[in-house]
Amino acid sequence: MVFWISAILIGIGVYGLLTQKNLFKQLISLSIIDTAVNIFIIAVGYVDNGKAPIYSKAVPKFMEGAFVDPLPQALVLTAIVIGVGVLALGASLLVKVKEKHSSIDVENMKGVGE
Amino acid sequence: MMNYLIILAGAMMIIAAVFAVEAKKILDAVIAMSVVSLVSVFLFIAMRAPDVAITEASVGAGLVTAVFLVSLFKMKGGDEQ
Amino acid sequence: MRRFYAILIAAALVYMLISFISTVPSYGKADLKERVSDAFLSKSVNAQNAKAWLEGKAIHRQPAKEIYGKKVKEEGSANVVTSIVVNYRSFDTLGEVTVLFTAALGVSLILGGSRRKQYGREANFVLKTSTGILVPLIIMFGAYIFVHGHLTPGGGFPGGTIIAMASLLLYLSDEKFFLSKASTGALEGSMGGTYVIIGLLGLAIGGYFLYNFLPNGVVGNLVSAGIVPLVYVAIGLKVGAELSGLVTDLHSEKEG
Repeated sequence: MVFWISAILIGIGVYGLLTQKNLFKQLISLSIIDTAVNIFIIAVGYVDNGKAPIYSKAVPKFMEGAFVDPLPQALVLTAIVIGVGVLALGASLLVKVKEKHSSIDVENMKGVGE
Repeated sequence: MMNYLIILAGAMMIIAAVFAVEAKKILDAVIAMSVVSLVSVFLFIAMRAPDVAITEASVGAGLVTAVFLVSLFKMKGGDEQ
Repeated sequence: MRRFYAILIAAALVYMLISFISTVPSYGKADLKERVSDAFLSKSVNAQNAKAWLEGKAIHRQPAKEIYGKKVKEEGSANVVTSIVVNYRSFDTLGEVTVLFTAALGVSLILGGSRRKQYGREANFVLKTSTGILVPLIIMFGAYIFVHGHLTPGGGFPGGTIIAMASLLLYLSDEKFFLSKASTGALEGSMGGTYVIIGLLGLAIGGYFLYNFLPNGVVGNLVSAGIVPLVYVAIGLKVGAELSGLVTDLHSEKEG
């Protein structure tokens, strides 16, 4: 079920990237695709009736089928932080574009050829 | 019970994402994207991943929204706050 | 016409993704015995026979043993995701720290400035008073998250982000507040250098880069798991200083 949610969100993000003329909307669509892919990666590692992978007084032993897969969570932790770095760089580039061309629509930018 | 909650959260995310792509003002789109990020935290908790949930909550619903709003303010020259 | 083609492409992409779902194990039925996470969870990565794993033969698995509250020889942190991020795959974390540093450097080069950009209106009285109460609490909460990274969920990255939120609150409530680039740059650079120096110490003592050379204590104590708490403190302070510098760059303008 979670796989369907992730696939539909990727579709919405790609549709936004193809139709919107405003550069800011395209940045927002990229961020939606980012979130959807992170949900998909974690959904691959879910085990029924598993607990979070932390040893505590409640779960002191290693047993089979007691924990969820911890490796996709480590990869997604890295991916989220890199996504926010790229987004901050993109937003600062848009500020500079607006200063130079005085418009943020792709269609009516001054000084850009056909 | 958990299945029903996951379907509800998924429907909320899809509606907010469609609104974020098709809004007329950019301010509405930024707030809708922050809603998508916030509801995805619930999905991460339902899949038993607390590290990822804390990171996405503080980064997605805090820092990204703040960066977008301040850069919108710089572009328009003083309309937002 | 353009919208019609865009809807067609998006619908075809969604159909292709949904029909490929059958190649992954269905939701909730993942079998951890066939994955390498089995060795990560039972803390027996070094005891595996690598040759037998590659050839697909049955490997020697550890019997169910007590881990919480005992001394474990291989790895000592109670949070298994932390042990993967900082201990088993620590080189990837070094790469991620570098990428974040490059992004903050790019923003500072594009939007750099030396003066504070004014909002043009005075902040509210409620905002000013509550900022004075909230900022020490936020910094303490962020420090708690990255100091206890090996016992509770969290770690260095969300802790640093929460500290940057405190500096954003100070920017919003005061017209004259401005962090100098020298202070954030010095803290960030020294913490990044600390991470690499810890790795080189591991190379000198143990034989390979980022070797865990401090003793593992009892799993579940605050002082345990070797170099993992030290690395997370360095990462937390570095990310906090870096994102505060990014917020500073967004709020500054050039001279003249």
